Amino acid sequence: MSDSQTIICIGREYGSGGHAIAEELAKRLGLKLYDHNILDEVALEKGVDPETLRKYDEKPHKLFLSRSVKGYHNSAEVNVAYMQFDYLKKKAAEGESFVVVGRCAEGIFEGNPGLISIFILGNRETKCERIMEKYHLTEQEALEKMRRHDEYRKRYHNNFCEDKWGDSRTYDICINSSLKGIAATTDILETYIRARMDDSGKN
Amino acid sequence: MVAKILALIIFLVMFLLIITEKIERQYVTLGCGAVMLVVVFGICMHSPEAILNTLNFHSIFTPDFWHATAEGGETTAGINWSTIIFIAGMMIMVEGMGKAGFFRWLCLKLAKMVDYKPVRIFIVFMLMSAFLSMFIDSITVILFLAAVTVELCQLLKCNPIPMILSEVFCANLGGSATMCGDPPNIIIGTSLHYAFIDFLTNTGVIAGISLIAAVIYFYACFHKELSGETGVKPEHLPDPKDAVTDKKLFGLSIAIFAVAVVLLVTHANTGLTVAFIGVLVAILTLIVHHAEIPDLLKKVDYKTLLFFIGLFIVVGGLEQTGVLVLIADGISYICGSNAKLVVAVILWISAIASAFVDNIPFAATMLPVVQTLSQLQGIELSVLAWALSMGTDIGGSATPIGASANVVGISVASREGYPIGWGKYCKYCAPATIMVVLISMVCIYVRYF
Repeated sequence: MSDSQTIICIGREYGSGGHAIAEELAKRLGLKLYDHNILDEVALEKGVDPETLRKYDEKPHKLFLSRSVKGYHNSAEVNVAYMQFDYLKKKAAEGESFVVVGRCAEGIFEGNPGLISIFILGNRETKCERIMEKYHLTEQEALEKMRRHDEYRKRYHNNFCEDKWGDSRTYDICINSSLKGIAATTDILETYIRARMDDSGKN
Repeated sequence: MVAKILALIIFLVMFLLIITEKIERQYVTLGCGAVMLVVVFGICMHSPEAILNTLNFHSIFTPDFWHATAEGGETTAGINWSTIIFIAGMMIMVEGMGKAGFFRWLCLKLAKMVDYKPVRIFIVFMLMSAFLSMFIDSITVILFLAAVTVELCQLLKCNPIPMILSEVFCANLGGSATMCGDPPNIIIGTSLHYAFIDFLTNTGVIAGISLIAAVIYFYACFHKELSGETGVKPEHLPDPKDAVTDKKLFGLSIAIFAVAVVLLVTHANTGLTVAFIGVLVAILTLIVHHAEIPDLLKKVDYKTLLFFIGLFIVVGGLEQTGVLVLIADGISYICGSNAKLVVAVILWISAIASAFVDNIPFAATMLPVVQTLSQLQGIELSVLAWALSMGTDIGGSATPIGASANVVGISVASREGYPIGWGKYCKYCAPATIMVVLISMVCIYVRYF
């Protein structure tokens, strides 16, 4: 890893706008954003259809339907996760700086001096409104979707990482995007990241 | 009674912890084994003798452990050191073969011999998978075979999933053919003092018939998907010669493998036990690869060996407390005096259980049960042993988690972008498993009744 490397890992609650914030941060900092697009890149490398991999993205494996043998796992969810981890590790090893959304990145890059880990949460009502608007759902449907996705993310994360998903001790900074809105939250985070980069003489 | 209940609880906790994979399985079995020794044998039974019998260290220092002078009796109590030493020795030999490039060379050589035609590769790889698994653990076979399969399929622009599914199935089938092909067989063989040739002429015959049926079945399932011209020129495909890292080591590794095969096939005549053969091939491998001894020893899968040790202690606890006799009594009660029904129950229960749980603890547990059943019902022990062997070895093929080879094959395919879910796996392999279990049942009925 080069001294000037920055890896910004953003965990998020479903509906918190974490992805939009990550996109904006990547744009402002001039960094590449890695999210579900990792699978497109991996699929291109392997010469396979990304859609066959996408359905297993950021999904927890089914405990009683899974088994591991000497580090090999039958679960497609686990194998797709490892493909993405390997891809991110390769990019980091090449010295690339980037923003990554989810994918246990703060766990993968734990100990990396360039790591800045962020968790974005939100108020239940604000997140629900955002999901209703984005996916044209009723309140009940939005709440159910939010509960399901957060449960998936938590189980997925905690399966691969020592630290717990959403636990403030896991991240450098946790912020509630509902209080100041997406744009202002992005500004706050940008200031924080630039300060961290200044500390390391990276900016 | 308290000892029985505690032994059963320890066993069930062990099984549950193995399935959940929250704790590494060797720690689970060793931990449960330690509890079994202290609580059940020490506190409940006040029996230092039971502890010593279960640890079974004294067996290693008897001449019969290394060279069988006569037909031995049946010994299942405690740690089966023959199994552990043999597996450790074979691990070292296989690691040496892998380092010399043997497996990759063999795969590429066969692919080249059939002109890199996908359907032909599909068939020869199935046969090779079954053959190699007769002598080498199926995990190693599939690890190399699946990797080469994916590589060739990417170059030949065909789907590797049909090939990997059929290779995995045939690896499990090949493993059932011999005493050293699958851990349940090693446990059964060493405990009941069966010879390699006993397996080959009994389960081997069933596996051979089943292999023909399996090749036809998988060909019928997948030949359309794999037929057609690839249009890839052979010069653009990997050359088998490139797989060989060192010609001298390569030749010597093949020679050691040949020695292992000959000694295993003839061990009933020579009297050399599998423990002796395991140690011998390990020493030969270490001599040949003397520059890489630390690396070879580091590659031994100590976790699996420790898993076995703990497992044997826990099963020894069930045996010494009489829990397994109760299970045998239960099966005996259900089946009455119908020997065919007993065989069917052993075969199908073993197959169904092995489809979902690790077949090694299951086989180790069921072995004393079939011994008791044999005595209770007057059924020839070997017939029940073959039923147990085929059930545990083949049942694992039915689901993605049933056998180690399945997990490894699926994982290799998935990591290369070809995920195999439960639906896809079971659609092809579950019917094939049922077919082979039925063939096994018919073979046992026709031959032994």
